[in-house]
Amino acid sequence: MAMALPLAYASSVVHPFEAGRLSFSTKATKHKKQIYQFRKVTKVLAYYGLTNPPYKLDALEPYMSRRTLELHWGNIHRGYVDSLNKQLPNSPFYGCTMEELIKTTFNNGNPLPEYNNAAEVWNHDFFWESMQPNGGRLPWGGVLDQIEKDFGSFSNFRDEFVHSAMKLFGSGWVWLVLKTNERRLSIVRTSNALCPLVWGDIPIISLDMWEHAYYLDYKDDVSKYVNNFMDHLISWHSATARMVRAEAFVNLGEPKIPVA
Amino acid sequence: MALRGLFTKGAPTVASGLGPFASAGGSGTRWQGLCHARGLKVAALPDLEYDYGALEPAISGEIMRLHHQKHHKAYVSNYNDALEKLDAAMAKGDVPAVVRLQSAIKFNGGGSNSVVVRFFLPSEFVVPVTIVGHINHTIFWKNLKPVNEGGGEPPHATLGWAIDTDFGSLEALVQKMNAEGAALQGSGWVWLALDKERKKLLVETTANQDPLVTKGANLVPLLGIDVWEHAYYLQYKNVKPDYLKNIWNVMNWKYASEVYDSEIA
Repeated sequence: MAMALPLAYASSVVHPFEAGRLSFSTKATKHKKQIYQFRKVTKVLAYYGLTNPPYKLDALEPYMSRRTLELHWGNIHRGYVDSLNKQLPNSPFYGCTMEELIKTTFNNGNPLPEYNNAAEVWNHDFFWESMQPNGGRLPWGGVLDQIEKDFGSFSNFRDEFVHSAMKLFGSGWVWLVLKTNERRLSIVRTSNALCPLVWGDIPIISLDMWEHAYYLDYKDDVSKYVNNFMDHLISWHSATARMVRAEAFVNLGEPKIPVA
Repeated sequence: MALRGLFTKGAPTVASGLGPFASAGGSGTRWQGLCHARGLKVAALPDLEYDYGALEPAISGEIMRLHHQKHHKAYVSNYNDALEKLDAAMAKGDVPAVVRLQSAIKFNGGGSNSVVVRFFLPSEFVVPVTIVGHINHTIFWKNLKPVNEGGGEPPHATLGWAIDTDFGSLEALVQKMNAEGAALQGSGWVWLALDKERKKLLVETTANQDPLVTKGANLVPLLGIDVWEHAYYLQYKNVKPDYLKNIWNVMNWKYASEVYDSEIA
C-alpha cells in the first residue's frame, strides 16, 4: 500500500543563546559563546517525500510514454508534494500519516487547504502502483473470484470500468474499491482530487482520468487510453496485495473450504 | 442578448433562445431538418475566423486544431445526438424517456441566459453539458484573435475605463485572472464577466463546463479563458501560468468591448 513516508529531513539550526542577547560582551561571555556555538540545538522537521514508481519511467511504453511519466510524476506529482510540504509547517495537521491527513482535512465535504495536495499525492502514489509493465490481462485467485461474484464476470467488470471512465466529465479518477459497508467490490468515479478513502472504502485499483495523464500519448482518444490501461497496464499483482490487506478490515465471508 | 447580434450565420429561432448558437452554418448537414421539438435547432460547429496556426506562439496550431476539431466538435455531435434521441422518443411516444430528456432541455423562451440556467440541472443526461460546452467554446473562439489582426491590443473607451474603475488597471485585471486561473483545481474556465444589473465587471471561475450564469444570473461573459488541460497541455505541459500569461497576446478585446457596450446600453 502506497504511503508517502517522511523521507526527507530538514533541520533548522537554532542557536538558543542568540535570541535576546545583550550587545555588550566581556571576555568571559565571548569564551562562553565560543563553547556554546558547538552545541547547536537542531529542530528537525519531517516532510513528505516523492516516492518513485516501482518501475523505470520508460517501462510502460508504448502504452504510457516516458515523456508522460517524466512530466506527470516528475513535475505534477512532485509539485503536489512540494506544495503540501510548504503548507505543513504552519498546519495543525503536521505529523499525521498520509491517510489520516486525507481523512481529517476532507472535513466531511468541506475540505481544508491541505486536502487537495495531500489527496493528490496519495492518489498519484496509488496510481503508479496500480500499473506495472506487462500488466493487464486477467486477475487470478481470490481477486478474480470476488470480481466474478460482484460483477457477474470479468468482462462485465471490464465493460463497466471502461464505461465509467468514459462517462467521467472534467478531471477525476476511476476506482475499483472494496466497499467496507456493503462488503463488495464496486466501481467509483470521483472528481478532481476526491479519494474513496474519505468514505472509509478501500481502493484496489485506480485510473487517472485527468487530461494530463493521457493527452501527450493519446490526445483526445480517451477510449484508447482506457482500453490500453485495462489490457496492458493494470497491475493485478498490486490489486491482489491490496485485497489481501483489505480482507483484514472487511469480512468478505467464509472461505470455501472443501469438505473431505 | 448581445451575443445574438454577433452570430449572423442563420436566422435565430423564435422559441429556442438557443438561436445564435444553433445556427446551421457550416457543417451539421446530417441533422438538419431533424428535431423541431419545441423549436430546437441542431447545433453546428462554427468555423474559426482565423487559421489554426494564426495564434502562434501563444497557442500552437496543433492545440487549436485538436481543440476545435475534436473537443468542440464532440460537444456539438453529442448535443445533436441527444436531440435526435429526444426526437425519436417523442415520435415513439416513449413518455418516460421524453420526460427525462425534456426535463433537461426546458425551453420557455426568454433570453439565452435563462435557458442556460434551466439547462444546468444535476442529471446524468448529456444535453446540458454538451450545449454549454458548445456555447463556452463558441465564445472562446471569438475571444481570440491573431496578433496581426489586433489580438492583444488593450481595450479603450468604455470598457477600458470600466476596467480601470473596477480593477485599478488592465495589469491588475490580467494578474487577477491569471491568479484565479492558476489556482483553479481540475477543469474549468476563468471569465471576465459583466454584472448587467450592477454594471460592474467581475472575475469569476467556473468548474468543468458550468455556464457563467451559475455564478450569478445577471452575469454576461466578456472574455473566457479555457483552463481545461486540453487547452494548453501539449504546448505548455503543466506550466499553466505560462499559458495564462501568453494568451493575453491574442486576446480579442474588440469583441469584449462590443459585448460590453451593447449590454450597458
